[in-house]
Amino acid sequence: MSNELDALYQEIILDHYKHPHHQGLREPFEAEVHHVNPTCGDEVTLRVHVDDGVVSDVSYDAVGCSISQASTSVMADLVIGKPVDEAMSIHQEFLTLMQGKGTVVPDEDVLEDGIAFAGVAKFPARVKCALLSWMAWKDATTQAGASDATASKEI
Amino acid sequence: MDGLLPELDVIRKDFPILERTLDNGQPLVYLDSANTSQKPQVVIDTMVDHLERHNANISRAMHQLGAESTEAFEAARDKVATFIGAPDRDEVIFTKNATEALNLVANTLAWATGDLAIGEGDEVVITEMEHHSNIVPWQLLTQRKGATLRWFGLTDDGRLDLSNLDELVNERTKVVSLTWVSNMLGTINPITQIARRAHEVGAIVVVDASQAVPQLPVDVAASGADLLAFTGHKVVGPTGIGVLWGKRAVLDQLPPFHGGGEMIETVRMDISTYAGIPHKFEAGTPPIVEAIGLGAAVDYLGHIGMEAVHAHEQAITRYALEGLATVPGLTVLGPLDARERGGAISFEVEGVHPHDIAQVLDSRGIAVRAGHHCAKPAHARFGVQSSTRMSSYLYTTPSEIDALVEGLEYTRSYFKLG
Ligand SMILES: Cc1ncc(COP(=O)(O)O)c(C=O)c1O
Repeated sequence: MSNELDALYQEIILDHYKHPHHQGLREPFEAEVHHVNPTCGDEVTLRVHVDDGVVSDVSYDAVGCSISQASTSVMADLVIGKPVDEAMSIHQEFLTLMQGKGTVVPDEDVLEDGIAFAGVAKFPARVKCALLSWMAWKDATTQAGASDATASKEI
Repeated sequence: MDGLLPELDVIRKDFPILERTLDNGQPLVYLDSANTSQKPQVVIDTMVDHLERHNANISRAMHQLGAESTEAFEAARDKVATFIGAPDRDEVIFTKNATEALNLVANTLAWATGDLAIGEGDEVVITEMEHHSNIVPWQLLTQRKGATLRWFGLTDDGRLDLSNLDELVNERTKVVSLTWVSNMLGTINPITQIARRAHEVGAIVVVDASQAVPQLPVDVAASGADLLAFTGHKVVGPTGIGVLWGKRAVLDQLPPFHGGGEMIETVRMDISTYAGIPHKFEAGTPPIVEAIGLGAAVDYLGHIGMEAVHAHEQAITRYALEGLATVPGLTVLGPLDARERGGAISFEVEGVHPHDIAQVLDSRGIAVRAGHHCAKPAHARFGVQSSTRMSSYLYTTPSEIDALVEGLEYTRSYFKLG
């Protein structure tokens, strides 16, 4: 029974949970979103700062379980500093992993610490926890891109 | 231990699911009965027997099976009426669940005329400890009618704050709707006292008895309620069936809810007249086998005796509160005196999120609920996002509570909390 739990709660996950990266809400940002998991009430407020097509900051304030907190931290690590396109494809890769019911083998080169979540995909009730902030990030980045596009159009 | 059901072993044998083991070979420790209860063999058998031998639509089938099916369905109504002390069996209306029963009331009140009509300046009073099913329908009603929604706040120990009862329930109040037993805090509310005040000002009283009917001896006539809702699946019955009980005078005054077959007296192309209660509120083919299953369920509980079920729940709840108090960093949300509460105990453990608690417990075969339990405002009142909830029932044993407490100790060590 402990093995099964250990597959879910990888050390990496517990580390990120205890010491989350990039936490807090910062300026500047082009978009801020608030996402909730309606089944459990977990919440995240997340801001994205996109500069010249690059995700230059992701900042957040989140309440949630170890899986959702760690996932937020790992996500911020992965996307900050990446061009939006590349960050979106990392997002897609993580989504595929989470929706794969445990059959997808994650690519460590792309997902880095995110591979620790492979075990979560086997726990359907927890997939939503892992995806909460990723979905929030995508939403915010799309909005930031839209405002970016209008901003550049005005020039 | 005092108060436990004397034949607990025998009772447990009535519930086949309690014998199963989980994927990893562990026995099941089911502590999620406030979410849904398990079903005794007699309920399962009654439903199977009906489907195998008596299945037909009710009321409209002119053949033997139709007569048998109708008789079984109506007999279920009689059983429910007896179980809750309804003065008149026609006051028992079958719905899909408690949620539908509460929505039936809130919707028909929106269309009501005369005394029951609700409009601008009128007030509806609920409480901060309601299940979402007893909040949202009233928000919809008051928004649609320009009325005002008000609510009782909660004290720090999880009771209704009744200090402003006379101000809150006043001559503008048309409806007071509240839960009898909280599904999150476990609190048993003084509904009779509140109903007395509501009736003084001419308001009607709606009681959400979803957690009360499973645990307490319920006498609707003495409760003070004008309308009362509960759900079959929490009283060892099946899902898909709920009950709205109401005083005939009130039900007669409310307009129909759904229009369709069975609820009419006669239909012309331009206008229809409606059947009397209960059929007025039971349009369409009802959940027949579910109602029959519910009849068997309340018979089963009635046979054991609700006084005895209540005593058992109190004994287990007291034992659980004592056990939980030994877990470091654990805080119970709600009253700490087992005599004043039902068998749902929500708690927090410092440093571990409810999801993670439930996950670790699940790995040990222990089923609890984690989240907001459809009571977000009550959680917000106590400054928490979510909680873990254990809930017992007539089949719960003290050793299952021991397993929970050990599981919580293990959870703390798993997450390396001292
Ligand atoms: C207090 C209370 N009210 C209402 C409900 C709703 O019951 P149902 O979902 O069966 O309609 C529940 C159960 O979830 C409850 O505990």
